[in-house]
Amino acid sequence: MPGAQPNLLLEAQDLVKHFPVKRGVFSRTVGAVRAVDGISFSIDPGRTLGVVGESGCGKSTTAKLVLKLEEPTGGVIRFQGRSLGDLDGNGLGQYRRSVQAVFQDPYASLNPRMRVGDIIAEPLVTNERVSGAQTSARVATLLQLVGLPERSRNLFPHEFSGGQRQRIAIARALALEPKLVVLDEPVSALDVSIRAQILNLLRDLQSRLGLAYLFIAHDLAAVAHMSHTVAVMYLGKIVELGEARMVATRPRHPYTQALFSAALPSHPAEKREEILLPGEVPSPLNPPAGCRFHPRCPQAMARCATEEPKLRLVEGRFTACHLYDGPGAP
Amino acid sequence: MSPAPLLELDGLTTHYVSARGTRVVPAVEDVSLRLDAGETLGIVGESGSGKTTLALTILRLLPPAARIIRGAIRFQGEDLVPKSDAEMRRIRGKRIAMILQDPMASLNPLFSVGEQVAEPIRIHEGADRRSAWTRARDLLKAVKISAPDTRVREYPHQLSGGMRQRIVGAIAISCGPRLLIADEPTTSLDVTIQAQYLNLLRELQRTHGLALIFITHNLGIVAKMCDRIAVMYAGRLVESGPVTTIFDAPAHPYTRALLESIPRMDDGNRRLTAIDGQPPDLAAPPPGCSFHPRCPDVMDRCRAEAPPAFAVAREQTARCWLAAPATVRS
Repeated sequence: MPGAQPNLLLEAQDLVKHFPVKRGVFSRTVGAVRAVDGISFSIDPGRTLGVVGESGCGKSTTAKLVLKLEEPTGGVIRFQGRSLGDLDGNGLGQYRRSVQAVFQDPYASLNPRMRVGDIIAEPLVTNERVSGAQTSARVATLLQLVGLPERSRNLFPHEFSGGQRQRIAIARALALEPKLVVLDEPVSALDVSIRAQILNLLRDLQSRLGLAYLFIAHDLAAVAHMSHTVAVMYLGKIVELGEARMVATRPRHPYTQALFSAALPSHPAEKREEILLPGEVPSPLNPPAGCRFHPRCPQAMARCATEEPKLRLVEGRFTACHLYDGPGAP
Repeated sequence: MSPAPLLELDGLTTHYVSARGTRVVPAVEDVSLRLDAGETLGIVGESGSGKTTLALTILRLLPPAARIIRGAIRFQGEDLVPKSDAEMRRIRGKRIAMILQDPMASLNPLFSVGEQVAEPIRIHEGADRRSAWTRARDLLKAVKISAPDTRVREYPHQLSGGMRQRIVGAIAISCGPRLLIADEPTTSLDVTIQAQYLNLLRELQRTHGLALIFITHNLGIVAKMCDRIAVMYAGRLVESGPVTTIFDAPAHPYTRALLESIPRMDDGNRRLTAIDGQPPDLAAPPPGCSFHPRCPDVMDRCRAEAPPAFAVAREQTARCWLAAPATVRS
């Protein structure tokens, strides 16, 4: 993929994160968990990139790297064309204000001893010089934005239901007028009838405020519904990346095909041909050589065991699979 | 209707009562449904809808604060409500088996696989150690575990997640039950692992002629697995019937809203139908129909009077005044 593009909001290039594994008295490094192993993606302003994959595929590590909660082992993240590695303290502060997060469990992410108004105002108070009156007015706007009544500001988190708490978490994330919000399983902990409320709210906020989202979830249909672009991860690699509906309904990589074929149907008459994968996801401590999916791939060829496929354009989306190398390919 | 259902609930009502009897929470209220041999029923509801209490009532595993107030649980023609704890212990695990949430965590790490699979056989059938062990090995073979002769001696930590699932399945069918109750069996699992597990349950059901009850909040599981669906809301069964009928033509506004609130793979920009508000507190349910504060089709009558279950179509019933025949409606 090409280098820095100024019109992109966020761009990750060859991003790598290895966690060293230490053993023994001298904490010798005996290996590395290759959580994220050379992935590239980009997020346009006002758009949503969805990341799907199973436990251990590296999607949460990717979110942490974007939030700068972890430092990458290799590769670069560029925000509005500037590499995060080149930013000074000021620039980093600016970046942290521009990128906010909403997490899965609204019961754990809100301080139970703080009033809702203070929770929402906290990012303002710590990051900006604002008067009390300004803060108060801002909190009122934010509460209105996420559909909570004004009086909520004086209450404590325990007085709210799960869905309302998630609204509070969203209001807090929006306090600094971010450009990108990382949504890590934002509705998984909520009741079915509440999920649609929050998903609709997130979409409304996106169109009103021009927010970009990095949306991470294991509910494939929710990701397909919310995202413009979807990246499918397997063992630290992106195996398929493209327009959301295309990836969801006409996947090309055998892993994506298996993953989406295993998704639950939305109607009893919907009969999918299920592709059952043998075995389980191998350990990222010692991923298979060649294509990481080859030991489980129903269409594996000899070269898959030795040669790692690169992401290339296949039928309108990027896929890393030797099946699409073409007949003349070596 | 066929003459003798495997399980028939008749007006089943379970309340949680506080120590002094001052606070009563009606968790399950007047639930009637039937399940034939070999059938699969999905009991769907959100947290607090009473679905887990209903399962625990059928199994007679209620916590001390809960009382079965009225109703009957007829299983193979016998009412389970008046049975003593000792009699119930002879039924549970033998004629009615259960799988709890997180099947991976329900194995004891200190006992070998063989001991755990053999335990119910020894307890319920008084088999001696040797023959129970042989049966355990055969069961491992039945759930398609490779090399059962070695696996039977191993401990849970030596097995992969998929094998542990299969062992939980083997324990459940060890005494040839007629009914298997699974409470949110796959919530914590990844998509492909979930699909594997559901396929295993279906396989066990077919080969052993089991009836299955799924307690779940996930309509996708119901669409994939079930013949009938029973939707619970605030302790009551608001709608029940054959799964295709209900997915095609839900009669209760709650069921309809639930079905429309779920994102689909190919729905692009369709706005999800959100259900306003949140499920009621069971300790203080609203008067009349408990869904009326959130119902888009609410009428005056709904606020005052709780609707009984009306027959809508063949085997489909709904507790909604809109489903009432013209004579009742006036």
